[in-house]
Amino acid sequence: MKEIIVLGSGCAKCVKTAEFIQSVATECGIPVNVVKETSPEVIMSYGVMSTPAVVVDNKLMHSGSIPDRKKIEGWLK
Amino acid sequence: MLIIFTKLADWLAFTIFGLAPHSKFGDAVHFFIEDTTKIFFLLVVMIYFIALIRASLNIEKVRDYLAGKNRFIGYFMGAIFGAITPFCSCSSIPVFLGFTSGGIPVGITMSFLLTSPLINEVAVLLLLSLVGWKITLIYVLVGLAVGIAGGIFLDLMHAEKLLQPFALKAYESATPTVSKNINKVILSFRDRHEFARQELLDIFNRVWKWVFIGVGLGAALHGFVPVSWIETNLGNGQWWSVPLAVLLGIPLYSNATGVIPVMESLISKGLPIGTTMAFCMSTVAASFPEFILLKQVMTWRLLAIILVLLLTSFTVVGWVLNATNFN
Repeated sequence: MKEIIVLGSGCAKCVKTAEFIQSVATECGIPVNVVKETSPEVIMSYGVMSTPAVVVDNKLMHSGSIPDRKKIEGWLK
Repeated sequence: MLIIFTKLADWLAFTIFGLAPHSKFGDAVHFFIEDTTKIFFLLVVMIYFIALIRASLNIEKVRDYLAGKNRFIGYFMGAIFGAITPFCSCSSIPVFLGFTSGGIPVGITMSFLLTSPLINEVAVLLLLSLVGWKITLIYVLVGLAVGIAGGIFLDLMHAEKLLQPFALKAYESATPTVSKNINKVILSFRDRHEFARQELLDIFNRVWKWVFIGVGLGAALHGFVPVSWIETNLGNGQWWSVPLAVLLGIPLYSNATGVIPVMESLISKGLPIGTTMAFCMSTVAASFPEFILLKQVMTWRLLAIILVLLLTSFTVVGWVLNATNFN
């Protein structure tokens, strides 16, 4: 199962990002575990400065916007 | 070119709604229609085109640039970048920590963060179209000056000692990072267009309600507060009116887009420029939501210092501008 972390300090876009990833994964029938991380300390540790950012299996894949569907599908494969 | 919005407002308010020109209500409605249509038009066009140009500038680049700089250039460039880099207040914490952990002094980071809400391309272009180039120039210079002076002051008093412990640790153990920049690609026009479209949607979603609120207030002022009242009571730039305006601005929270129509209205009513500027900047930069966010990385003491610093500088700016008497 893919571990996906959405980094963001609780802004609306971060919530949307997490929901969007979950829904894409459900559509593709891929089991994922999506968690949101709001602690500034943890966000800093990934070196992220613009949120929302997405970490997939401990690797930073994306930052600064809501990712598009194509990108998300790429991570899930 | 912008005259068509006045014409549109004439037509809607006086012909279609049948309001009497020069009546209080008619004036207010006219102001509201003219300003909302004009502002929304300008916003859409400007955000898109500026985003096209700016697509390749991101916050990582800003950090890399600032990290290697001499201090005094740092404050100046921090404020300049604050003015031209778009970012929403919900990013201020990651940005603050990103800068701090990259070894950038707290003062330079704060020059960036203080200038950022005050000056941005949307604010500047709205000011230009609503209140003219002179006031725009003053506004921009004051905004940069407050950011730069604030940053220098915070470093002189060693503000980093008043950060939350984990942030201080990150600063002290910072190694000057040459960023592992992920995307050093050259953007095609398509990429730029896509970025600009996103940016337009984003910013528009964020500011449209402020435009309505700001223009609504501006229209109410415009239609119902008599010029004579402002002129007699506040028109001479009485010294106490400036700190009062600054204090009044704290609980009011708006972004620059919302406050500019109010500014236009106040100035046209004869409120002195210093008082107006003090009020508007206090509304935009000294906001509680922002401060509560910063609490995550700063102690209360540092927050209080920054608040006092902002309020003092806006008051001083107001006094100086009132004393110099532009026009």
